[in-house]
Amino acid sequence: MTTGEFDQLYRELILDHYKNPRNHGLLDPADARAEGQNPLCGDEIAVTVRLGAGDVIEEVGFEGRGCAISQAATSMLSDLVKGRTAGEVALMPKEELLNELGIPLTPVRLKCAILGLGVLKLALHKAKGTPLPEEWGTAAKDLVLD
Amino acid sequence: MAVTAQPALDAYRVRADFPIFEQTIHGKPLAFLDSAASSQKPRQMLEAMVRFYETSYANVHRGVYELAERATAGLENARERVATLLNAPAAREVVFVRNATEGINLVAYAWGLSNLGPGDVVVATELEHHSNFVPWQYVARRTGADFRVLPLDDSGELRLDALDALVGGGRVKVVAAGIVSNALGTVNPIETLARWAHEHGAIVVADAAQAAPHRTLDVQALGCDFLALSGHKMCGPSGIGVLWGRAELLEAMEPFLTGGHMIRSVGLERTTWGELPHKFEAGTAPMAEAVGLAAAIDYLEAIGFDAIERHEHELTAYALGRLSELPWVTTFGPPLERRAGIVSFDVDGVHPHDVAQVLDFEGVAIRAGHHCCQPLMRRLGVTATNRASFYVYTVREEIDRLVEGLYRVRKAFS
Repeated sequence: MTTGEFDQLYRELILDHYKNPRNHGLLDPADARAEGQNPLCGDEIAVTVRLGAGDVIEEVGFEGRGCAISQAATSMLSDLVKGRTAGEVALMPKEELLNELGIPLTPVRLKCAILGLGVLKLALHKAKGTPLPEEWGTAAKDLVLD
Repeated sequence: MAVTAQPALDAYRVRADFPIFEQTIHGKPLAFLDSAASSQKPRQMLEAMVRFYETSYANVHRGVYELAERATAGLENARERVATLLNAPAAREVVFVRNATEGINLVAYAWGLSNLGPGDVVVATELEHHSNFVPWQYVARRTGADFRVLPLDDSGELRLDALDALVGGGRVKVVAAGIVSNALGTVNPIETLARWAHEHGAIVVADAAQAAPHRTLDVQALGCDFLALSGHKMCGPSGIGVLWGRAELLEAMEPFLTGGHMIRSVGLERTTWGELPHKFEAGTAPMAEAVGLAAAIDYLEAIGFDAIERHEHELTAYALGRLSELPWVTTFGPPLERRAGIVSFDVDGVHPHDVAQVLDFEGVAIRAGHHCCQPLMRRLGVTATNRASFYVYTVREEIDRLVEGLYRVRKAFS
């Protein structure tokens, strides 16, 4: 392996978030919660959220089993969304998280990277009725029934 | 099949037939350890398909001109070739489908919907690929039959002692089982299962997708009623598979897909079905793919299935030995005697996706995921595993490179 290829994907910040995830552990009680899987590789993530006045996200807690990319991305996301409103996060484009990750991702690994964001949006939707991403299509309906 | 000792397989010579190995991946020679997902293609098969397209191509059957006759001969010769490979009593029992999954769906729909109902029991194994699990679970639900799962022991072998308990007052109608597990390499005792199934009046649907590329298959000796395989896993092209079924069962069945070619006569109110196998082959057949599959079978038989099995057995023994040197690697699956050329393993504390990604940087291709076996993954207590699988062109150096790569994985993530 050329060090370049490895370092590009698993840059220090990613490995740090993977090995020392921020906001790790589920909140109880929580105002919003959801879990999700990446069916391709079996990554699992559960997210809990505490909301303050005006539905501002005060705390996020997550747990999961999965690859370095999915776990690190969720860890970074959990810091990123604190202080934002549920409505803002519902509309947050995935590109913002991907920029934060700052690594080149193949389509397969992209799904790993945005799993946590999807689960967070689902949690907020279930608790607050915020919109789900349009590209989820009718599949979103099944997700909410769980 | 001939039992005379076939000469040992020379994997370096075989490898030279596969153009895919002429390139580098990430600057490294390709170590391809994912043949259980799909095999690479020998030049002989590719050339047979090109030759067919260049010299003998037209739509099959009914055409009265020379090219149509050549194309028809290509397709029907391939059918004969498959029948011989499987020791099928008749070539008309060989139905061309897209892949093993479609073959099993054909049985689940065309046989299952007419023959299953409340009080009936459909048995699949906990080891099954989703392809021989989901269709039965689905059709059982549609028909009101009970879907029951034969459990595994801790090493991933079928618990035959649990069979009788599955009956539970119902009528067992179907037993669906793979011959070789794609996830663990377990070689299942299909003959024993078939005897049990037939004692209970059930049919046996054998998924041979993972067996056909690697070992001699004899549908009469196995005692199964249906058997499905995929061409792409056995040096053939993608887009063609085979369903073999006992003629009397196929004849009694309703069709699966309807349309052109599968009919005897079409009236305004009613249509009658064609003879076997055409009743199950609606639409234009995968002609060039059938020619490719026949060439792949020729290729594999020239090497010899006994030699292939021996080669893969040696590689598996070598891989299990090398992996046992790594205390932070856990392997899954049965002992070597009952295992085909597949090794599933876990690297302590590293998700399979990360393992496979780092190995890819080394030019080593393995599969990481649930291998379309989520019930099995749950039984093993994991969400995914790493899987290395071997074939005719696999050499020991590739396994050495896998082990070297795993040291790098360990270093990067610990």
